[in-house]
Amino acid sequence: MSETSDTVVPRASVFAGLRLTWTAMIAGSILLFWLVLALFGPWIAPHGEAEIISGQTFAPLGEGGLLGTDKLGRDVLSRLIYGVRTTLLLALVTTVVSFAFGVTLGFAAAILKGWFDIVVSRIVEAFMAFPSTLLALVIIGAFGTSITVLVLTVGLVLSTSVFRVSRALGYDIGVMDFVEAARARGEGTWWILTREILPNCMAPLIAEFGLRFTFSILFLSGLSFLGLGIQEPAADWGLMVQENVGGLFLGSSAALIPAACIASLTVSMNLLVDWFQQRQQGETVLEKIDQ
Amino acid sequence: MLRIISTRLAQGLLTLLLASIIIFSATEILPGDVAEAILGQSRTEEALAALREEMGLNRPAIVRYFDWLGGMVQGDLGTSLATKRPVADMIENRMWNTLRLALLAAAISVPLSVALGLWSAMRAGGRVDKTLAMTTLALIAVPEFFIGLILMKVFAVELRWFSATANTRPYFDFSENFRALALPVATLSFAVLAHMMRMTRSSVINIFTSPYMEMAALKGLPKRRLVVRHALPNALSPILTVIALNLSYMVSGVIIVETIFGVPGLTRLLVDGVTLRDIPLIQACAMIFGAVYILLNLLADILSIMANPRLRYPK
Repeated sequence: MSETSDTVVPRASVFAGLRLTWTAMIAGSILLFWLVLALFGPWIAPHGEAEIISGQTFAPLGEGGLLGTDKLGRDVLSRLIYGVRTTLLLALVTTVVSFAFGVTLGFAAAILKGWFDIVVSRIVEAFMAFPSTLLALVIIGAFGTSITVLVLTVGLVLSTSVFRVSRALGYDIGVMDFVEAARARGEGTWWILTREILPNCMAPLIAEFGLRFTFSILFLSGLSFLGLGIQEPAADWGLMVQENVGGLFLGSSAALIPAACIASLTVSMNLLVDWFQQRQQGETVLEKIDQ
Repeated sequence: MLRIISTRLAQGLLTLLLASIIIFSATEILPGDVAEAILGQSRTEEALAALREEMGLNRPAIVRYFDWLGGMVQGDLGTSLATKRPVADMIENRMWNTLRLALLAAAISVPLSVALGLWSAMRAGGRVDKTLAMTTLALIAVPEFFIGLILMKVFAVELRWFSATANTRPYFDFSENFRALALPVATLSFAVLAHMMRMTRSSVINIFTSPYMEMAALKGLPKRRLVVRHALPNALSPILTVIALNLSYMVSGVIIVETIFGVPGLTRLLVDGVTLRDIPLIQACAMIFGAVYILLNLLADILSIMANPRLRYPK
């Protein structure tokens, strides 16, 4: 496929061309807001990440800090701002890891076919015949909790679905006429993969990336909530929920605020992916998952 | 039909075997071993060697695997490293708590989500469908602990209608049990409802748009007969699969719910085992969950085959 961007698009129609819906705009702004906070957090946060600012633990909103204090008297707002960095970065790295595993093996299986495809597909099926949370718990139980183990485990668990998507895409596009034409021209495997197959897989792969990103935020924050993810004193939203659950009975919302933030992040991401997919092929994200 | 079902049974058994290999190799093929985990920091080389000898860790991994698997089959789940008690005893009195939670949540969420999915599918493109689609799309991305904590904050802390801990006692009467279990069951149902509803909707819509349904509609059959006699029998097997699939989400939901509401259940035991790195306990819990999950998937398949004659003849 040749490039399509050789025509100059006037600036005003870029947004019109995106066909933004209301939900997509709101979801996009929320994500942008968190992204800016993640980038400039340390300069915005009023206090340090683990700095104890008040003798009063579980201070209500407005006292101590703007959003109150947590179980150790730390500023909830500051920890929230530092936490978005950890949460987003870790989810991003995990998703990249899952794509590195999944896409490489998926395309390799689609192109090499034969025994390689059979062996890898069977192994992936065996992994999928087992609830993913359980698999992650078993691996973390064996290796202990560290950020490396966490990223690799969740990345591995998520890569099974990436593998299936990219293998199916590779198979579908690998038999198309323009790929045949390239082969007939005598192009090498690498050239065909990067110049013919990959550009045509971009839209579904981007959507898959968004979905896996959402899922890894949920997965990682769930693990942190169980005390098996990020460890103190680092600030992570899932961890903040776990730390402050006890405050719920004392009228503190220190556990609810980070939980709501995670929800805002994942719901926005999901809505944005849905918008992207509908724009691409008029198919909703969940119909995609549901298949 | 019998032949297909027995083939399916054999496949299930094979999957279970694969799952056991995955669990065993994930927990055993490690830089350290169980002996190091027990002795911790204060280990000496002699103590390590003695313990390895005692636990039989010097044998090759494959021998230990078959030993472990043989024990599992005979109901010997090993001994916990942390408590030194047989794992089977620890699991026995906790199993019921988890099972009750899961069964109650399934009893509520399965009929509700199938009904909502059908409703949504019958009004596809309409206002009901669009509202439900948007709500479930958002609900799917909400972490389970957020739902749990909101319910707890509103109904247990503010309104005080229900109890915040799901710790039931044998002498509890019905209303006390209800107060204790309402919130965990509601959280768990919410966690699987959205997925199940959307999957039901899409599989029913798939059938609604097939040519034979169009034919039936063009014959002028009333809508009720169309849905009940023509669509439902074919929709049954995808719906059964949907239900079985969602038990996977139920597993992660149960873990979170048991933690929030302090249910002394099986997943709590598993999480504690993971925290303490109690390998035999993790292996046993994981095998039980894996077996239940695989069994339910198998059951869904067999029921589908019985419900839909077309599945009885392999292509």
